[in-house]
Amino acid sequence: MASTNFDIKTYPGFKAVTLLCLIVLYAPLVVVTIYSFNASQSLTNWEGISLRWYADVFSGPESSKFKEAAKNSFIIAIIAATVSTSIATLAATGMVRGGKFKLRTVSFGLISLPLMVPEIVTAVATLIFFNSIGFDRGIMTILLAHIAFCIPFAYLPISARMQGIEDSYEQAAQDLYATKRQAFTKILLPLMMPGIISGFLLAFIVSLDDFIITNFVKGAGVETLPTAIFGSVKQGIKPNIMAISTMLLGVSVVMVTISYFVSKKDNTK
Amino acid sequence: MKSFMKNSAAAMALIIGANAAAAEGNLVLYHWFEYIPQDLIEKFTAETGINVTMDTFDSNEAMLASLKAGGIGTYDVSVPGDYMVSIMAGEGMLDTIADGELKNKGNIASEWADPSFDPGRKHSIPYQWGSTSFAVNRDVYSGDIQTTDILFNPPAELQGRINMLDSQGEVMAMAALHVGIPQCSNDREQLKALNAMLIEAKAHWASFNSDTAKEVLVSGDAAVGQIYDGFSAKAREEGANVEYAYPTQGYIAWMDNVVLLKDAPNRDSALKFMDFLLEPENIAAVTNYARYNAGVNGVEEFLDPELATQPEKNPHDKVGPGVFIEVCSQEVQAVYDQIWTNVKK
Amino acid sequence: MAAGAASGGSATTDTYKEARTWLLLPAWVTLCILILAPVLMMLVYSFLTKEFRGGVIWEFSLAAYDQFFFDRGLFGDDPPKIEWTYIAIFWRSIWQAGAATLLSLVIGFPTAYFIATRAENMRPVWVFLITIPYWVNLLIRTVSMKFLLRDQGPLNDFLINIGLIDSPLHIVNTNFAVQLGLFYSYLPFMVLPIYAAVERYNFNLSEAAADLYASKWTTLRRILLPAVKPGVIAGCILVFVPSMGSFLAPDLLGGAKNFMIGSLIEEQFKGNAGNWPFGAAASMILLTMVLIILMIFARQQAKAEKSGG
Repeated sequence: MASTNFDIKTYPGFKAVTLLCLIVLYAPLVVVTIYSFNASQSLTNWEGISLRWYADVFSGPESSKFKEAAKNSFIIAIIAATVSTSIATLAATGMVRGGKFKLRTVSFGLISLPLMVPEIVTAVATLIFFNSIGFDRGIMTILLAHIAFCIPFAYLPISARMQGIEDSYEQAAQDLYATKRQAFTKILLPLMMPGIISGFLLAFIVSLDDFIITNFVKGAGVETLPTAIFGSVKQGIKPNIMAISTMLLGVSVVMVTISYFVSKKDNTK
Repeated sequence: MKSFMKNSAAAMALIIGANAAAAEGNLVLYHWFEYIPQDLIEKFTAETGINVTMDTFDSNEAMLASLKAGGIGTYDVSVPGDYMVSIMAGEGMLDTIADGELKNKGNIASEWADPSFDPGRKHSIPYQWGSTSFAVNRDVYSGDIQTTDILFNPPAELQGRINMLDSQGEVMAMAALHVGIPQCSNDREQLKALNAMLIEAKAHWASFNSDTAKEVLVSGDAAVGQIYDGFSAKAREEGANVEYAYPTQGYIAWMDNVVLLKDAPNRDSALKFMDFLLEPENIAAVTNYARYNAGVNGVEEFLDPELATQPEKNPHDKVGPGVFIEVCSQEVQAVYDQIWTNVKK
Repeated sequence: MAAGAASGGSATTDTYKEARTWLLLPAWVTLCILILAPVLMMLVYSFLTKEFRGGVIWEFSLAAYDQFFFDRGLFGDDPPKIEWTYIAIFWRSIWQAGAATLLSLVIGFPTAYFIATRAENMRPVWVFLITIPYWVNLLIRTVSMKFLLRDQGPLNDFLINIGLIDSPLHIVNTNFAVQLGLFYSYLPFMVLPIYAAVERYNFNLSEAAADLYASKWTTLRRILLPAVKPGVIAGCILVFVPSMGSFLAPDLLGGAKNFMIGSLIEEQFKGNAGNWPFGAAASMILLTMVLIILMIFARQQAKAEKSGG
């Protein structure tokens, strides 16, 4: 079919715009990756390839700060993604397999609330909330805030996947005298796995990525990678920040590749 | 899923462990950005075994706001400027250092031992002192720069290329010098003139930024920057062709101080840190790094000899007075806040 | 996402009907305590009195909203006039977000269309290419953009070297830099919904139009665009809403002078101002505006679905 209406489908210039779009998207990242290998102290002069800024990240004057921040970031992202994915999986089951009920629209609204409220508003609200109940800010406040706003990000792929699974499998299992609990854990959950993994990865990356909310609710001396990086770049971009960026880019590409193949497997099933 | 659970349990244990460790051998420092060499912090840790974590701020007002917003009780020491020490003391945010608690208190230079902002040094010790005015890129402008006109009524070459400090205290005090009125004046006409002057001047300003005050000069993004003397020296050393001005109308003098915060979670560590900073060799390391001046006796032998001839430290003979920022009354402060809003919008 | 919100999710079976309450309880509890309660508390704070040097006093006051909407002069005793300062900041935010949305649409629509008209097995690869940069931290992307655009940055070096310009272009600290940053922050939110809509579009319609001698561009305007309109609207909303409240792009690329709402709010809590009730009030006003926009959108979407079905 592609050949018969190829002409109708093609518009002149659209391909050029697409290529332009890709250039705009990748140019900054490519440039930063290249410059992270620059041997020069100065940002603008190129003095040959070197790994000195990578060494600087691990052993330079700011290394302890960044190591601590990276540790915090990963701990928070793992816990927040785990908890929010669990909550989201249960909620998705309730929403997609729970029949029609009065509070369904309200529940859906509540779950997607963190997506509708601008991030800066959530940040302000959470700061005020913790402050008004006298909850000392620290790593715990970051974690709680992250769990809450990660829920919809975990929920969306999970519920999308669940809608794609017919419940005849679970019905069949129940016809064979499986309890509902067994039908859920033995049939539905395994079928759901690609959706759950996508949800987990999405929540993980959203938590790892968050700056605004974390910046508001973090306590004394607690930094995550984004807040530590922000603290550094406020005084100007330094080569060691580019090295960190490049490494984070690497982590992201690995994660997105995993999620790509998981979802691909999902399609071919 | 099981391995996730395991991971998160391990991580949870780490968090709880981290919180438990906070009880002893820690110091939580709330400091200006780029104002203490990392080596010195490491030296402190090596000498005392106390672990230092640090948050940074970029203006006295931002620090005050953050401490007011639940920061008290989580930080041990902070480094406010002179006027901010009196504000914080007035707000009851500072703890009192009892006699004999600091064994190096005698090292404080006599001219800084009993300052008006903290009589008897009950809450604070000197950190660094210096001045604030502005630096001009000499590649861009070669005319006379010893006047506040450069900031508030700039020549054509400099219009639109000025970075101001994002600090209400410093901008307002400098503006008062330019208009020639006393700081914190409650005279309506004077306040109106101040407001009108600033609104005209801001049309020529490119940005408000303290963190990047040095960087914009080095990168050439700005041709004029309101800046502290040592920061200007560092900009020059990093390759910017900038000259630090001492305007004939006057300039701002300041002293930053290490204060003991109320409800400090690690009060003993805080006192050890203050004693550490009263050792001439240690505070000299700060001076060599930040290019300002220490307020402690016996630092001279440890100082970088270049500091003495640093042009940023040596005003010409027509320089105006160096004034400290004053603490305004609540009524005047409300007007200042309104003017500041008008300027920043 | 917002599209889903509008239609309230879709098909459901009742396999776990009895357990429904327990399944939903953790989400209800978490979100009520950590999102809903905080927003309500923020509403309360917006009606409290500011303490002189930061912090709040638990006394009812309309001062925050008064400060937002009315100008009472330098000394606070003039007869109230309309205060344009904050309205202007909101207006600038709307304008900047609008320009960024337009930019995203102009670039995003052809891109989405191009991808949706590739061979079926190539489409995921193109989508993958567009989305990869978005797995990189937003902060890092914004900083990278700033590095690229600096006066002495690689872009200006490049343009000078190939002889296109003589002196560096000033891009950083301009409105355009902020728009570019916002565009860069949220582009896939534009591309993906449009892509999904074009993919569902029945190209026989275009063919029929061509048979009737409609030109290509007429077909695009009269046949294709109306058909993919819901996707376009969804994309615009998904770019516009987060752009309005964004903080990183204006702060890093615009300098502190191209103040947007996000920076205004941030300054009340983290910066010089320290006025919590005012920050809470500004946040409430922003939230109200966003919810109104989403509601209008939901209506439109429902209408489009009705007429479409």
